[in-house]
Amino acid sequence: MIQDIDISDLKKITEVVYAQHGYDFRNYAMSSFKRRMLRILEVCGLTVESLLAKLSDQSGFIDTFLDEMTVNVTEMFRDPGFWRLLREEIIPGILLNNRQFKIWHAGCSSGEEVISMKILLHEMGIANDVRIFASDLDQAILEKAKKPCYSLKNMETNEKNYIRFQGKKSLKDYYTEENGKAVINPDLLANVSYQRHDLVLGHGFGTFDLILCRNVMIYFNQALQNEVLKKFHGSLHKYGYLVIGAKESMIWCDYANRFIVVNQEERVFKKIRD
Amino acid sequence: MNKYNLHNGFKAIVMGGSAGSFQGIVKILSQLPVGFPLPIIMALHRLKHVRHGFVEALSIKSNLRIVEPDDKESIKKGVVYLAPANYHMSIELGNYFSLSTEHMVNNSRPSIDITLDSAGYTYRNKLIGVLLSGANKDGAMGMKRICERGGRTIVQKPEECMIDTMPKAALSLTSIDHVLDIDQIIGFFNELYQHYI
Repeated sequence: MIQDIDISDLKKITEVVYAQHGYDFRNYAMSSFKRRMLRILEVCGLTVESLLAKLSDQSGFIDTFLDEMTVNVTEMFRDPGFWRLLREEIIPGILLNNRQFKIWHAGCSSGEEVISMKILLHEMGIANDVRIFASDLDQAILEKAKKPCYSLKNMETNEKNYIRFQGKKSLKDYYTEENGKAVINPDLLANVSYQRHDLVLGHGFGTFDLILCRNVMIYFNQALQNEVLKKFHGSLHKYGYLVIGAKESMIWCDYANRFIVVNQEERVFKKIRD
Repeated sequence: MNKYNLHNGFKAIVMGGSAGSFQGIVKILSQLPVGFPLPIIMALHRLKHVRHGFVEALSIKSNLRIVEPDDKESIKKGVVYLAPANYHMSIELGNYFSLSTEHMVNNSRPSIDITLDSAGYTYRNKLIGVLLSGANKDGAMGMKRICERGGRTIVQKPEECMIDTMPKAALSLTSIDHVLDIDQIIGFFNELYQHYI
């Protein structure tokens, strides 16, 4: 097993991926990016040279690369206190607006957060009034998100989070067990559009009342976080909300002063200036 | 006083611990003076869903500032940093933290290996790595990486540990410079401190 990769080799990899395939990982945070590359080398049985060769030959390997590269570890109702805040304060506030209510899950991964949101909206009786857009860079994980089906082991964590969220029902009411997997009721995902989207190079899309991007920008360096925050700013209605991960910060970003802190603990911000 | 052959060229201390390490950590932190010349970076196994209380519990007897850093927060000397619940914590070149929610390593998030390995990469021979009591092998590989990069390594004396799996795993995987009990680790840090004043 290869234990370390030089920064110069990491740079070669990101340059090839950018030049040949148009995905830009050049501003990813170094340690986690390095661990992902070590993992790809190990899983695919490659050396740095053979990885570079595979990335250069335009076969379908880039999709495998993207799937391994992106971190797809998530939970339903991660940080239950945040979801309670959403239910009790943030969403009721948005409902007072006189327009179609739109949410963007940026970097939705395998869809657990989207499902959490749909359950929350369902239990508030407003599931049909809200349009949800869910995007990710990784096509394979988006396909998974569209037909959500999770291991029962993961459902134990999800169940515990749901109980702490103090949902109205049992999480079991929202899925059926088939072949040792939890299959989420397809009805739940009405009004959700899944779209492949590159946060780094893509433009913002639409204007939203609420954007969730939790534990996605931690994989970016500060320069890239700064750029992505500008896109989120441009994709929010004035007085719309942005939520980032519990240990993420945007105080060093150029646009930080166009937002106010709504809840520091759960990292909920409100856009107050165009 | 130069029992441990120390000097003032170190840049950071990184510590790992799991089951049975809490009392020892509290004791070490209670003995370190304000103005301690290095950052102390800690990856401790903890309940993933309990975000609060750990920093407060560690702070009761310590004079040092103890924080769970945000992603990309700068590392400052004299501050104790604790890996937040349910995140891995890495040290980046440029002396700041990055957090991640990658898959668990050794069944753990935060993983001690990840913090130790990235600290070893960043600080090389200017790092002191300490591994305390614990019930799995997380941290052993990280100690090996610190050793390979010329850092100084300490494990808690297995006989003193409530559960000695963790220090023993490190001892069998790599060469460890010092096998010390908690009081000796405090002595080590005091000697280190003398080199900076």
